[in-house]
Amino acid sequence: MSEHQHAPVQFRWVTPGNILTAIILGVGFVLTFIRFTQGIGAVTNLDDNFPWGMWISFDLLCGVCLAAGGYFTSSACYLFGMKRFHSAVRPAILTAFLGYFFVVVALLYDLGHPYRLPYPLFWSPGTTSVLYEVGLCVACYVTVLFVEFSPAAMEWLNDQPIPILNKFLKKIPWKSIRKVVVSWTLPMTILGVCLSTMHQSSLGALFLIAPGKLHPLWYSPFIPVFFFVSSMVAGASMVIFEGMFAHAALHHKMDATHLREADDVVLSFGKAASWILLGLFMIRVMDVAMDNKWAYLATSYGTLFLVEILGGIALPALIYAFGARTKSVKVMRVGSVIAVLGIVFNRFNVCLVAFHWQMPSAERYFPSVWEICISIFVVTLIVTLYRFITWNMPILSEHPDYKEAH
Amino acid sequence: MNRRKFLTLMGSAGLASTAIGTLPEAEAASVGGKFSTYPDSFSVLHDTTRCIGCRRCEMGCQKVNDLPLPKQPLDDLGVLDKKRRTSADAWTVVNKYKVGGKDVFRKTQCNHCLDPACAAACFVRAFQKDPSGAVTYDKDLCVGCRYCMIACPFNIPGFQYYEPWHPYVRKCTLCLPRLKEGKLPGCVQACPMDALTFGKRADILKLAKKRIEARPDVYQHHVYGEFEAGGTNWLYISGAPFSQVGLDEHIINRPYAELTAGALGAVPMVIGIWPVLLGGAYMISKRRESVAKEEIHEAEEKARAGAEETAGKKLAEIEAANLKKLAKVEADAAKKLAAAEAAAAAAATPAQDTEGAGKGEGEDA
Repeated sequence: MSEHQHAPVQFRWVTPGNILTAIILGVGFVLTFIRFTQGIGAVTNLDDNFPWGMWISFDLLCGVCLAAGGYFTSSACYLFGMKRFHSAVRPAILTAFLGYFFVVVALLYDLGHPYRLPYPLFWSPGTTSVLYEVGLCVACYVTVLFVEFSPAAMEWLNDQPIPILNKFLKKIPWKSIRKVVVSWTLPMTILGVCLSTMHQSSLGALFLIAPGKLHPLWYSPFIPVFFFVSSMVAGASMVIFEGMFAHAALHHKMDATHLREADDVVLSFGKAASWILLGLFMIRVMDVAMDNKWAYLATSYGTLFLVEILGGIALPALIYAFGARTKSVKVMRVGSVIAVLGIVFNRFNVCLVAFHWQMPSAERYFPSVWEICISIFVVTLIVTLYRFITWNMPILSEHPDYKEAH
Repeated sequence: MNRRKFLTLMGSAGLASTAIGTLPEAEAASVGGKFSTYPDSFSVLHDTTRCIGCRRCEMGCQKVNDLPLPKQPLDDLGVLDKKRRTSADAWTVVNKYKVGGKDVFRKTQCNHCLDPACAAACFVRAFQKDPSGAVTYDKDLCVGCRYCMIACPFNIPGFQYYEPWHPYVRKCTLCLPRLKEGKLPGCVQACPMDALTFGKRADILKLAKKRIEARPDVYQHHVYGEFEAGGTNWLYISGAPFSQVGLDEHIINRPYAELTAGALGAVPMVIGIWPVLLGGAYMISKRRESVAKEEIHEAEEKARAGAEETAGKKLAEIEAANLKKLAKVEADAAKKLAAAEAAAAAAATPAQDTEGAGKGEGEDA
């Protein structure tokens, strides 16, 4: 970690991180070619009983959930008046935008007819489908996130950073456009929360139509609520989680305001996550009680459920609470790692492990190594773009021309 | 061809041509909305007590639908030792179940639900309930998301995973193209044991119940598919308990479309009320800010007023003290003057008098 000095850090191409990135991207492009010329079956272990595998459970369900930091941070700052979190909004919006954008990209791998993705929106809307709602909301929300992210890009473009396009870029009144877009902040934030509420919960509601397939401990009429509430936890936790890496790698890109506010953001978000996790724990347990599902706890699926509830919800809640009490950023970071793992575990359980739970284990699905590679490839694309954008655009710092202008 | 099959064939030829396409639009089932049972739709009854597992139905299906022949020839009955499910290239399969030491065979295929889960789940309306009873699939709309396969309570639709350019979801069509030509479904046509009977759903249901009534000791007292998943166009009667021949008895007796209707119904509520609540939160935080500002201002005013007051008091005190001091000084001066005068006067008088005057002066100070 570099000290916060004004000595500019030179970008270097040949570093272990960049070499690893290049390898992953190379493998990813080869697999992409195979997927789109040989079919989905050539790279996946999907079958007729498990039509949704790694790409839906991780890239879609976890991807959308872990990108919840955008609505969580922007609503805290702009709607609930916590202005001290302002420096956390831009990185959170950027991560959310990249997260959602690549959810759509990953979806193209999974769809039989990727180019028909706009069909439900413009050609033949199936309004009785929960997936239609998810699709509509995600499409709208990616647009909202793009709008929310665009001021940073415009501040960058106004400096005419792309040599060949300078003549063209000069003609666009970036500053005036930026001003208009920034004035939309409040309605955009409200719209973002509405859309997030709907599609975060709807991702859970997708499974309402499969009561016989999803294990009773996970199947609940309240599964949309569980998904939405856990997305808040994911939002808060991912801000802490990413901040940890951003401080390690991009410390020199952070301005004084960001650095001053960063610890408060971590402590406050951790505290908030602790309370929300407590609430989530309560409603998950109450759900077991309401439908009298206690007997299932004694089975092997019950053990899995207990690991999820105790290790993925109660444990991070306690760690966060401890962090809030001791005012320790380090403890909060540990909490965020456990909380994120807990949410990923939950999504995998709903979509894969507890799905078709009565099926004999020989017929069950386990992702192929290529499916996992594609998922890693998509995550690497996100990280690479995040690095490029934070390196070039005013994300972790304010552009000097626009200070106090929001 | 036996007599009954012939009758159903003749009946269906006339019925199909009139029934299909003449049902008014208004009666069409709307998924998740108004629910119609299509009394004139077609059904097939599968009587498992008659099935001998010859797999002719499978052969018939592959043939009439131009499906690729499987690796193991269709007349290889060894296939029955392994449990199979329907797939993109096998729209119907027969499985063998051991019930009380006896072999029982059951055919499986799309049950053509009255209010199909796949149609409710499809986000491009590729699946439709046809008035004929068939659940149809429009391959030109399908995006290939496979949510229909998640939704189907009977695990029927199959996907062409190895088709790179145009992979489709495929399943039994109830041979709708054949029905339109006045022909029987391929499997019904091929069955040599009369284990499959085709007809209007109302009639088929009656027939099924009649068979149960006639031999209540042989049959389970239930027609599987009458209510399952809100009712299906494919119906089953069986001697063995349904769960022992692979028919899920935990299937709920309501249309699966209802399961997600509640969650979807919450959408307008969110759109309606969230902006108000969030706008409220914004206004509360704004008001807090302005109140805080006002309070600061008030506190400043108060502090200033207080300061002024104490300053005034202090000033007054100081003035009063000054006046007192002045008065004292004056009094002292007057006294001193008086003393001096007295001293001057006493210059001529005895010394004791002067001492007494000095004492009095000390006490006064």
